[in-house]
Amino acid sequence: MIAARGVGRRFGDKRVLRALDFELPDRGFMTIIGPNGSGKTTLLRLCAGLSRPSEGELHVDVARERIGFLAHEPLVYRELTAVENLELYGKLYRVRERRERIGMLLERFGLWDARRERVSSYSRGMQQRLALCRVLLHEPQLLILDEPYTALDGEGAKLLDAQLAELVGERTFLVSTHDPARTDQFATTGLALA
Amino acid sequence: MTYFADVRALARKDLLLELRARDTLPSMLLFVAAVFVVFHFSLPSGSSTLAASGLLWVAIVFTALLGLGRAFVPEREQRVLDALVLAPCDRSAIWLAKSLATLAFLVAAEIVALPLFALFFHGLRWSTIAGVALADLGICGVGTFVGATAVVTRARELLLPLLFLPLAIPLIIGGVGSSTVDAPGRYLGFLGLYDLLFALLCWAAFEYVVVE
Repeated sequence: MIAARGVGRRFGDKRVLRALDFELPDRGFMTIIGPNGSGKTTLLRLCAGLSRPSEGELHVDVARERIGFLAHEPLVYRELTAVENLELYGKLYRVRERRERIGMLLERFGLWDARRERVSSYSRGMQQRLALCRVLLHEPQLLILDEPYTALDGEGAKLLDAQLAELVGERTFLVSTHDPARTDQFATTGLALA
Repeated sequence: MTYFADVRALARKDLLLELRARDTLPSMLLFVAAVFVVFHFSLPSGSSTLAASGLLWVAIVFTALLGLGRAFVPEREQRVLDALVLAPCDRSAIWLAKSLATLAFLVAAEIVALPLFALFFHGLRWSTIAGVALADLGICGVGTFVGATAVVTRARELLLPLLFLPLAIPLIIGGVGSSTVDAPGRYLGFLGLYDLLFALLCWAAFEYVVVE
């Protein structure tokens, strides 16, 4: 599903990624590890199509609407409620039976009671849960998750584990993490950035 | 038709955000009213109506700049623009929706500003109102495009006026012309042509602005 050949990325004079080669097959689960500044986020942004490589070739064999991208930030509007945010993305992604799916996700991630509250009143952990709802809303084929366990409490992390366990083998995952032990049970391949 | 459904959903979101946060419109209204008060007292008595017409256009452009500076703040704060860019909608829909929302704020500010101008200086001609309406389209279309360019840079507060004001000069020329000459048709046509040309350019080029 993803094939990288000699991929590099520069920002001005600063080289963030250098001559990267890897392949991620359909329905595979790749864990990306590396210290801060090693280019994990940059690589994920390249794979999501938010950025273009400065050198090399990167083929991502999936349509834009089938990608789910979880970034460092939750990528939701702070002055809208959880429902309003998900409604907006549901419309843009043309999600069928949108309201039912939104309700199901909010319930699954424990946000149902707070669904009419503005995101600005959410804790960081609740925002991360909402971000996961946003990513899963359109049932993406490729899930690109940048440190998905960030800010999640024990219960939130368990919910995410359960969600990953349900989807592993059906979807393709590209996940960056500082805690590879957490995703070891799912990973089929790994990539270490220096 | 899905294109316009996307535009509607995105523009509705911008209007809702403004309704909640009240960041943009109140500051535009206060600014334009303050500018007219300052101009009213700074123009010597007996100044020509031509000078007042020029001041109207200065006030409109800088009021618009205030709104444009706020246009992409919600997207910048949490990098929401990334999520919008990833959505399967045509990326130009983001530009069109944001332009329409900014246009709504600018028109709302002008609904207060134009009568205030008529009160402080001299009455309004129909050609001035037509010129303002046409210039608004160009200001919001070009300004939103430039705003999206500036928002991803560190010097965004500086870059927006630096890029926008030179591009707004033809609008000021057309606007002042339509407000002051006896036969304003030529200037109104010029404004319409500017709107059409730059709308097409921004619509086609927006995708390249929002992807790194």
